Amino acid sequence: MMDEKIKKFQEVNVSKIKVDGPALVSGQPSFVADFFVPNMLWAKVLWSPYAHARIKNIDPRPALKIPGVKAVLTYKDVPRIPFTTAGQGYPEPSPYDSFILDNKVRFVGDRVAAVVAETEEIAEEALKYIKVDYEILPAVFDPREAIKPGAPIIHDEKEATTALPLKYEPQRNLCAHVDMQVGDIEKGLKDADFVLEREYDIHYGNHAMIEPHITTVYFDSNGRMVIVTSTQVPFHVRRIVARALNIAVQNIRVIKPRIGGGFGGKQEVLIEPLVAALAWKVRQPVCLKYSRAEEFVSGRCRHPQLIKLRTGVKKDGTITAIDMKILMNNGAYGAHALTIICNSGSKVLPLVHSENISFWGDTVYTNLPVCGAYRGYGATEAYFAFGVQMDEMAEKIGIDIVEWYKKIHIREGETSPVFAALGEGRAGVEQKITSCGLDKCLELGAKEINWSEKRNQKKTGRFRRGVGMVALMQGSAIPEIDMGSATIKMNEDGSFNLLIGATDLGTGSDTILAQIAAETLGVPTEKIIVTSSDTDLTPFDVGAYASSTTYLSGQAVLKTAQKVKQQILNVAAEMLNEPAENLTIENGIIYGKSGKVTYQEVALFSLYEKNQFQIVASDSHIVHKSPPPFSAHFAEVEVDILTGKVKVIKYVAAVDCGTAINPRLAEGQNEGAVLNGISYALTERYIFNERGKMLNPNFDYYKIFSTADLPEIKTILVPTYEPTGPYGAKSISEVGINGPCPAIANAIYNAIGVRLYQTPFIPDKVLEAIKKAGIK
Amino acid sequence: MLKIRPIINGEKKELDLKDPLETLLDFLRRHHYVGVKEGCRQGQCGACTVLVDGRPVNSCLYLAIRTDGKEITTIEGLGRPGNLNFIQQAFLETGAVQCGYCTPGMVLSTRALLDKNPRPTEEEIKIALDGNLCRCTGYVKIIEAVKLAAQKLKNKK
Repeated sequence: MMDEKIKKFQEVNVSKIKVDGPALVSGQPSFVADFFVPNMLWAKVLWSPYAHARIKNIDPRPALKIPGVKAVLTYKDVPRIPFTTAGQGYPEPSPYDSFILDNKVRFVGDRVAAVVAETEEIAEEALKYIKVDYEILPAVFDPREAIKPGAPIIHDEKEATTALPLKYEPQRNLCAHVDMQVGDIEKGLKDADFVLEREYDIHYGNHAMIEPHITTVYFDSNGRMVIVTSTQVPFHVRRIVARALNIAVQNIRVIKPRIGGGFGGKQEVLIEPLVAALAWKVRQPVCLKYSRAEEFVSGRCRHPQLIKLRTGVKKDGTITAIDMKILMNNGAYGAHALTIICNSGSKVLPLVHSENISFWGDTVYTNLPVCGAYRGYGATEAYFAFGVQMDEMAEKIGIDIVEWYKKIHIREGETSPVFAALGEGRAGVEQKITSCGLDKCLELGAKEINWSEKRNQKKTGRFRRGVGMVALMQGSAIPEIDMGSATIKMNEDGSFNLLIGATDLGTGSDTILAQIAAETLGVPTEKIIVTSSDTDLTPFDVGAYASSTTYLSGQAVLKTAQKVKQQILNVAAEMLNEPAENLTIENGIIYGKSGKVTYQEVALFSLYEKNQFQIVASDSHIVHKSPPPFSAHFAEVEVDILTGKVKVIKYVAAVDCGTAINPRLAEGQNEGAVLNGISYALTERYIFNERGKMLNPNFDYYKIFSTADLPEIKTILVPTYEPTGPYGAKSISEVGINGPCPAIANAIYNAIGVRLYQTPFIPDKVLEAIKKAGIK
Repeated sequence: MLKIRPIINGEKKELDLKDPLETLLDFLRRHHYVGVKEGCRQGQCGACTVLVDGRPVNSCLYLAIRTDGKEITTIEGLGRPGNLNFIQQAFLETGAVQCGYCTPGMVLSTRALLDKNPRPTEEEIKIALDGNLCRCTGYVKIIEAVKLAAQKLKNKK
């Protein structure tokens, strides 16, 4: 059945070259920084040197005296309207706890003031002349301390609130809370033959997209504000800027050109409100771009989590209880505080069957850099705990972990009570799994890594090798919340404009959406001209997050193309004088019994000959479920027991993303996610001093992998057919980043017999564990 | 005004310098060679890679004034849409381009490698591209692209 469907495809399930590829590979002006606006001014931000302080007095006058300085903004010059920087749907589930500028700073790297000047150099120089008098306040960096009575209150401003009725208690630094119960956890633990309880500690991470945040704001000839910005969420930018500046949505246009990577970091309306306020003030174009150091400190991070996980299992492998408790550190502002912690449960717990599940989470403020959306979105953190505990438990009950996953994972036709109980900041949506290739992923992945042989080989000597694995899932879009839409119009040469709000951040969504349109319309992908992410020109889309674009926006494109196709058939029917039902389409030609017409002839007829009209349609799509992509990851590592250095030798990720609309791009999504995950597991980390300052905001000391570090990475696409997705597709962008932390930790255990419960696995920590275990 | 005379993509130019300390990155971008990208300004990411007399340099750490009389190759000099060169073509065919921000630097480092060593081993490719960071691809397809480019080069000869 599945193979039959796939075979029929012409334009999808084909590795087409990216529609924006030729421009990108030849360096054509494509990114925000490549667009020069006449008379553009440059902005720079003054950052807080203190983790927690009140601005007693701020005097911009000395800075304003410097030639070339056009304006200085402080909290006194901007509307005092609280908003969230989290680029989520309205009303956002993240607290409204941010101002464009405030009279209080809450972490080292928080905004104090901003300067606009004729050049970047002048703006930078002017920062030194802004006189600030701080009242330094006690700060708190440990989330366990932040939630205790008597801790410094980070958001004591009266305006901090939530748009939804949520548990939000800033007076005790509680940013969000979630809990969920299924069955009876105590009974489940009592029924178990084995119970494991461990604590896991997952660290700060940075997106490290190669293009840092950048925004240019100018005014068009009618005085409307145009925001050209590197964002994953153009429509949310428009709405949130309108709120923060108290101007009408109507007066704002947001354009997203090509963007240099995001990974969630640009699902944040981070600098747009500030740049808009600056441009508004000087009534001239203004550009602000983050430096690399600013990106690390004043951008967004992955949420660190402390996880207590308890599972109960019977001798036969039946899981009787899963009890997960998370304390999440959001840093100084509450972006994605609730939804990420929800995802730590909802994208992990349904993977395996258990009648009794308890999930509890608190997200707290601290005086550290702000966390936000990051590929994996909470699942990455929780899979470390879950994947490591499953491995440990498998050993306890004496079963091979791969075989155990095969017994306990959720399958096609099955459901999990977690789906209904836990959503994104509210109750979830019940769903049955309608496609699952996890068994095949487990089988093919194990074979590729040579699992049984390597798992059981003897480990001796200085360099010891081991293999570890983990099974994973994610979701595809947020059910009953996310919406995507499309417009397609036909041109007189038989080409089509595809207008989509969906946001390509390098993922290739412009390409795969063109492929879906082409497949439906029966034309080559080359006939589709894509325009995406311009709030004036393209219909709404929530943007690029939650692994949504292929599944959600793809279906909107498919539905729109079907409508256009019907219009084409109706015109052809008129031309051929035959009922539309009799007509068939093949490669841009419509065949009837009496003759044929080409798409071009149909287009010309519809525009110029008779009963003229524009062949055009729009449609929207919301999703009622979030079918998970499934994946099995296998890592082979080598541990140097003298130095504690861990090297990944080979990494295999078998993944079921339904139909891969563009297999090469799908593999690329997986490979990028996997290497990001490996690098996060082994080398990436934030080093803070005792005053909460990040000491390593650069690529020399925040080490992301380069080609020289690259292990052998093997992606295996396991095709399934998801009936609710466009041409059987599910998502792929996030799931791959969830595997490396647990798979590598499990491989390290297999190599040297030491369990690691804290990431990253840097040599000093591994060596310490080796010494503690007395390994020689 | 201070002027320098580099040869950019084979064309003799006479262009103004903003000041003697202007970096090659800022100089090129100011003169609308925007294919060169700014990623860190610290010589750590390689997005700003261009070739000076055939050698890859981090243009963010290289003073423009040093290129007086020298040959600079930017991505614009390799090929344009409709007329891409074999390395660019190889990057597209293998899916080595995702966001495209590191791509010009990657392609130019590849060009420098293949000029010197037309049949590199995988290890040699990894070392040649070590200074160019990419966060999207996991490098798998980029290495494949370099291998394909080497193959295309061999077929051309």
